[in-house]
Amino acid sequence: MSDVGKVSPVEGVSSRLTRTRPTSRHWREAVVKVLLLASAAVAVLTTVGIFASVIFESLVFFREVNPFSFLFGTHWAPTSEPPSFGFLPLLAGTLLITLIALIVATPLGLLSAIYMSEYASPRVRNVAKPLLEMLAGIPTVVLGFFAALTVAPLIRNTGESLGLDVASESALAAGLVMGMMIVPLISSLSDDIINAVPQSLRDGSHAMGATKSETIKRVVLPAALAGIVSAIMLAISRAVGETMIVVMAAGLSANFSFNPLQAVSTITVQIATLLVGDQEFDSAKTLSAFALGLVLFFFTLALNYIALRTVQKYRQQYD
Amino acid sequence: MTDTAYRQRLAKRYAAESRFKAYGAIALLLTSAFLLYLLVDIARKGWPAFFEHRATIAVTLDAAQIDAANPGAADFSGIVKESWRSKFPDFSSRGDKKKLNLLLSQAASDDLRQQVIANPALIGKTVKTEVLLSDEADLYLKGQSQEIDKAVLEKVLATVPVERHVSWRLLTNGDSREPELAGLRGAIMGSLLTVLVALVLGLPIGIGAAVYLEQFAPKNRWTDLLEVNINNLAAVPSIIFGLFGLAMFLNLFGMPRSAPVVGGLVLALLVLPTIIIASRAALKAVPPSIKEAALGVGASDQQAVFHHVLPLALPGVLTGAILGLARAFGETAPLLMIGMVAFIADVPKGFTDAATVLPVQIYLWSDLPELTFQSKTAAAIMVLIAILFSLNAVAIYLRKKFERRW
Repeated sequence: MSDVGKVSPVEGVSSRLTRTRPTSRHWREAVVKVLLLASAAVAVLTTVGIFASVIFESLVFFREVNPFSFLFGTHWAPTSEPPSFGFLPLLAGTLLITLIALIVATPLGLLSAIYMSEYASPRVRNVAKPLLEMLAGIPTVVLGFFAALTVAPLIRNTGESLGLDVASESALAAGLVMGMMIVPLISSLSDDIINAVPQSLRDGSHAMGATKSETIKRVVLPAALAGIVSAIMLAISRAVGETMIVVMAAGLSANFSFNPLQAVSTITVQIATLLVGDQEFDSAKTLSAFALGLVLFFFTLALNYIALRTVQKYRQQYD
Repeated sequence: MTDTAYRQRLAKRYAAESRFKAYGAIALLLTSAFLLYLLVDIARKGWPAFFEHRATIAVTLDAAQIDAANPGAADFSGIVKESWRSKFPDFSSRGDKKKLNLLLSQAASDDLRQQVIANPALIGKTVKTEVLLSDEADLYLKGQSQEIDKAVLEKVLATVPVERHVSWRLLTNGDSREPELAGLRGAIMGSLLTVLVALVLGLPIGIGAAVYLEQFAPKNRWTDLLEVNINNLAAVPSIIFGLFGLAMFLNLFGMPRSAPVVGGLVLALLVLPTIIIASRAALKAVPPSIKEAALGVGASDQQAVFHHVLPLALPGVLTGAILGLARAFGETAPLLMIGMVAFIADVPKGFTDAATVLPVQIYLWSDLPELTFQSKTAAAIMVLIAILFSLNAVAIYLRKKFERRW
């Protein structure tokens, strides 16, 4: 009611006049308003539901398995007898693949964004932007197929011709393709951020005699740094939570290794494989997937929160 | 002296400039090259799966072997194999006969059975019919594999006409254990049913939430919380939505496993943030003067929004909805969690039938050892990408056609 009066005095008057005798329209509008609020609440309910379901099953799991041996154990073998639930090898595998992905995606994404916003002619932009959007729209199951059947054999053959021992499901293959997956994310976010840097900063730098690249490196990028860092954080959160590429191209056996040529497993791979197939909800094996989900949930949430905060701080500088 | 030093420095700076520009161009080229290589590689792998090889032979439909009252019950497999082997009297040993049989697909007899059931007048006659070759023979003829008895196959090719046809089976059959018969109809139907549920649930809720947040929400802490919540939900990994679906819909509510209705529910929640964010942007783009004008002539708050603001924002809202739809079509991981990953040969007929979806079918086929499945996987990817690109094309068209600058 309060905002009605604020926006429109006429509306305020009419509702005051009819308050004693609500018409069918008033009832209808009240119902519609409740429905709208309910739709908005679905998002909250989903978050609560996700949180509750993941935490509830995890608590059951932690009744059987000591949380400390879960978080700091170095051996992951949920199907062996007795099972062991050491989370560290999975964390190492996830971080390794994410790191490879970032090493690929950060320079490619950032340089593409710089080129498109600072150098490219409108014609190049009109071609490149849809191409990047197309890459962003490729389903991850397709990228996983490509990683497993094309990139992995390519790396393996190259490695063998160099005399290296490469696993057929190497972390490198999964990481490379995942990197290509997040290039469009980094480039489109960075593009927005670079475009948001005021033109006056560039003009000032050019007036001092700086070349375009000097301006970009010494003026534009420092000004956009916070935004770029947050874009990279969002990319990390995307890479950590990505499932299909690693399910299809990375391994199942959780080696505690940082060698990119070896097979490693990730958190998401384990969640997916533990829950596909048999579904007894009392076994620690099944429940461990929810504990992994809990860790993943908080990890991505934290990254996302920090990223959003960084962007908000940065935006205040120029508005 | 200083002049040359200055010139050298300047040349260096210009060189650095063009190097930096080249790095950017290379980055863009590398990314485009990757996309192009991916698409070409998949097209190259998938193209052969759109074709099959059939041999034309004459089959005698002996009235003694086929009961005219119930033609479906006859042993068509035996009839086809008999006619097939009779074409090659040279192969009389047991081993050779077996090799001959291996060249024929199971579908050969099923196709003939359908033909006779449709037209019982054929019984007692000798008809020319096309029989589907097995996947091994097919692979050899496509030059993809040599794992077959070449002598037998070459002899067959010399004796009976074998032709290449477009394989509609890829689109009209359900899944099958036989590589040459496996098709995508079940998966496509499953995808349509699942995405329909997601759309019917996600679109009104998403638009409702966007309208509320953009037009009616009071500025307070609860609204801020709601906004942060939606942004966070957009960043939650899709597999977590699968865990949620498993724990909530399957275990708590006891809904059926592998059902499109559950998959649709999960996907609706998954694409909700996408729809909300896009719809809000579209609503925000409508200038406030429109709403104020409506209010000025006596419309209520909701009349102003639903009669004026929302219709003007609709193209943007629809674009967002289509992008959400495309995302739902390509999503795999959460559906694995709720059991849409089983081998299902039947085409689903309703929202509660066991079903699988196109991306999951791709995942399942990619795991199979047979070479034919490898190219069928790539073909399935081509179908999926074709669907996604046409959805995106529609979105771009809508944006171009209805885009309005105020």
